[in-house]
Amino acid sequence: MAEFLIKNGFVFDPVLGIKGDVADVAIKDGKIVETSALRSPKVIDATGKTVMAGGVDIHAHVAGPKVNIGRNFRPEDKLFNCTAGHGIERMQGGFSVPTTIRTGYNYAHMGYTTVMEAAMPPLYARHTHEEMRDTPILDQGAYPVFGNNWFVLEYLKNHEIENTAAYIAWLLRATKGYAVKVVNPGGTEAWGWGLNCENVHDPVPYFDITPAQIIKGLIEANEYLGLPHSMHMHANNLGTPGNYTTTLDSFKLSEGIKPNSKFGRAQVMHHTHVQFHSYGGEGFNFESKAPEIMDYVNTHDNITIDLGCVTLDETTTMTADGPFEHHLTELNHLKWANADVELETGSGVVPFVYSANNKANAIQWCIGLELGLLAKDPMRVFLTTDHPNAGPFIRYPRIMKWLMSQEARDQQFDAFKHKDKVIEATNLAGMDRELSLYEIAQMTRAGPAKALGLSHMYGGLAPGLDGDVAVYDFNPNEPYAPDDIEKAFLNAKHLFKSGVQVISDHEIASNGNKRTLWVNARANENPQVMRDIKEKFLRYYTVTLNNYEVTGHYLRNPHVIEVDATQ
Amino acid sequence: MTRTVTDVICPFCGTLCDDLEVVVSDDGKDLLEVYNACAIGAEKFLHSQAKDRITRPRMRQEDGSWKEISYDEAVNYTARMLADAKKPLMYGWSSTNCEAQSVGAEIGEAVGAVMDNTATVCHGTSLIAVQDIGIPSCTLGEVKNRADRVLFWGCNPAHAHPRHMSRYSIFPRGFFTGKGHTGRKVIVVDPRPTDTASLADIHLQVEQGHDYELLDALRVAFRGEKLPDFVGGIPKAKIYEVAETLKSGRFAIIFFGMGVTQSIGKNHNIDIAIAVTRDLNEYTKAAIMPMRGHYNVTGSGQVWGWQFGFPFAVDLSRGFARYNPGETTSNDLLRRDEVDAVFVLGSDPGAHFPFSSVKKIYDLPSVVIDPHETPTSEVCKVHVPVAFVGVEIGGCAYRMDNVPIETRKVVDAPEGMMTDEEFLTRVLARVKELKGV
Repeated sequence: MAEFLIKNGFVFDPVLGIKGDVADVAIKDGKIVETSALRSPKVIDATGKTVMAGGVDIHAHVAGPKVNIGRNFRPEDKLFNCTAGHGIERMQGGFSVPTTIRTGYNYAHMGYTTVMEAAMPPLYARHTHEEMRDTPILDQGAYPVFGNNWFVLEYLKNHEIENTAAYIAWLLRATKGYAVKVVNPGGTEAWGWGLNCENVHDPVPYFDITPAQIIKGLIEANEYLGLPHSMHMHANNLGTPGNYTTTLDSFKLSEGIKPNSKFGRAQVMHHTHVQFHSYGGEGFNFESKAPEIMDYVNTHDNITIDLGCVTLDETTTMTADGPFEHHLTELNHLKWANADVELETGSGVVPFVYSANNKANAIQWCIGLELGLLAKDPMRVFLTTDHPNAGPFIRYPRIMKWLMSQEARDQQFDAFKHKDKVIEATNLAGMDRELSLYEIAQMTRAGPAKALGLSHMYGGLAPGLDGDVAVYDFNPNEPYAPDDIEKAFLNAKHLFKSGVQVISDHEIASNGNKRTLWVNARANENPQVMRDIKEKFLRYYTVTLNNYEVTGHYLRNPHVIEVDATQ
Repeated sequence: MTRTVTDVICPFCGTLCDDLEVVVSDDGKDLLEVYNACAIGAEKFLHSQAKDRITRPRMRQEDGSWKEISYDEAVNYTARMLADAKKPLMYGWSSTNCEAQSVGAEIGEAVGAVMDNTATVCHGTSLIAVQDIGIPSCTLGEVKNRADRVLFWGCNPAHAHPRHMSRYSIFPRGFFTGKGHTGRKVIVVDPRPTDTASLADIHLQVEQGHDYELLDALRVAFRGEKLPDFVGGIPKAKIYEVAETLKSGRFAIIFFGMGVTQSIGKNHNIDIAIAVTRDLNEYTKAAIMPMRGHYNVTGSGQVWGWQFGFPFAVDLSRGFARYNPGETTSNDLLRRDEVDAVFVLGSDPGAHFPFSSVKKIYDLPSVVIDPHETPTSEVCKVHVPVAFVGVEIGGCAYRMDNVPIETRKVVDAPEGMMTDEEFLTRVLARVKELKGV
């Protein structure tokens, strides 16, 4: 494999603790190495440029059934933005729900090399894997959803952690999944009857279990297995004014639980897109509760979060939170797709326009940024848009700009129609913190890699890590306008993925060597769980047990992470 | 000795039953018996064993007779035809696996083809309606486990999807539906007294072409507003009764078929059927699902969805993907002489397109890839027989509720026969050579 020496760049790497010093980065045989290990490298001159590890996205909806519903039911999302293929690039199209091919290329252009699909309905795992297979360059994994799964509901009703863990291990293997995802615990099952669970004590119809029991039980089962990632959570009551109390109640369920993982993570719960869960007030008196939320996060080490920043775009919302999408279509009267999945989960898709002229949307924009600016430890607070829910992922560089520049935030405030009311309902206007590139690298590289239990592969430039390196046209030591940040981070000059140069001088140079990550957790033999699985497939599923497991050829280049949970 | 292969997936209709058992000879060459399948599905498996099956590509001679050619020659002819054409039509894609669809899409991209699938004459109107209004739907297991109100509109599963009713919709006993069919109210809307209608609690024999009015009347009835005495030939008392039946259920499901997608009103019928479903969600839980025909027409819409962003009628001739049904749909293209070559795989337009379109196929350079001899093979210049997907080769297929299932290989194809994917992969390589990429 080729050797590369990236010379004289301003390096930002939280793993090595380098904060913009000029340094060289060496890549050999797909890994970062000491510069002395190179013999005849290709030299990349990074003088005056910013060098970081490849970006890691911990939460985005980029592959699978609901993403494809979004693509197929929104031809307007492709209007005037389809591009022809050229060279090794294939045709591309779509803005908020781009084709898989554009997804891979656009992430690469931003310097990202690893992207986790945030919600995989187990019955649709094949579909998710087929799309990931057709997404070039990126390393990907997918989180199967567990929070409304009938096995889980039945086991956790009686707090059967060992059985839940055995089932999780089985399902991760059957679906080639990466982590335990929970979406509106209990609420999506209730949506099977058109109902919802609005707080952590609202019982699930028929199953007679509360969301609190599901959340706590799944954290415990996750730690029982010692999986690389923690339980990954989307709490009840998303998007409702006053919901921050539900969010805090959900956070508190992790108290007293210690991580049990050999993969270096420190959290037992990752709460995703917290912006949507930090609302105070009620109805039209909707306000930011980001300070209350961040007070909790900052003082509790066993939690990580990601932001879910609103980017003020027209986008396509999609979530396994079925009742929420119904609520949304009632609100904006745009088209609504729903896809409930037998015994497992549900989902909905609704287009949404976040407008700077809308007070509520402007408040949401403030809250996302407030969370980021109130973070005391950027290693535990990650930059996301819950793509495409709060905005498309290609806006990450714009969020970096807002987080890094008060001037950029002020410009946006001035563009709000209801500026005064927005300022009154939020705290952002009074914040003068500007994040550094080092903190951005924590939020987009080292932090998410650590939380995923992948700090042995991604997130930094220490020798031994994967050769994922991005070089940006950005000189932090010269004066710059806020927009320069966005421009530079949207269009990496060079990108290396596992030691292969996939972007050269801003152009796609290779389709890379994409891998699919999944976790093979080996638990003790559990005859009861196997009997329950057989019975449920025989009686309630519409596919047979033997036709459920995703077989190898769906994953062209798998990377299996082995976990031994036998005792 | 024989052996039995279990959990076999039936590659016939969108019901995609996956519980078939197939008895094969010990050497895996002969398929002897098929269990659990419907009559059509069983026939599909057994038909592959026909002794007079075509096993090598053939080319039409000037006198109209066939001449056997090699796969190499067929690959070359197909690649040349596609590469030389300015705007070839690549149609079908519904009776094959997603792997072949994916390679086909790459060929289409390389040659600037129009990619269209059988939805164009089937549920394409449903796909358009979904783009207008969305679709609240679910998997078939949700129907089995929850539904107590089942409405079939313009479809006749008793004949078209024979095991649908026993596996998913009327008869099964699910988790919350332990009483099976006795716990379900079945409503059929069809101008004809079909075999499905004979199973219904209520059969609304709507006048032909008045589906839109009747669906609209249901929306009026849900709201308790006034109706005229008759709508579409149905007395208003009956409409109020049906509306009340649907609203009073715990979970209502509407299945619809070509009786509404391809009759007067087309996508507008589906539009309002989906609006009816949305309305019902104000009162209870409701879902709606198209009864997709071919076993993997859904899959081709999915593959093109993630590769191009559109589920059918994808025009790649300008170098990027365009979608404009009515312009980029097969029959419109053929009848306006806008395509200069036709490639068919996994469908039989010769049997299902209007005669005026079939004549155009006859006049153009044309290749059909199909295990069977069909009306399409009768009008094409080259016929390439291939292995049966789901019988002689596995691969992914999407059920009518979009659930992907991997079909199985149960017997070997006759010696020397190629699969769809192998043939297309060869064509793609040859196209790239010809195009110099």
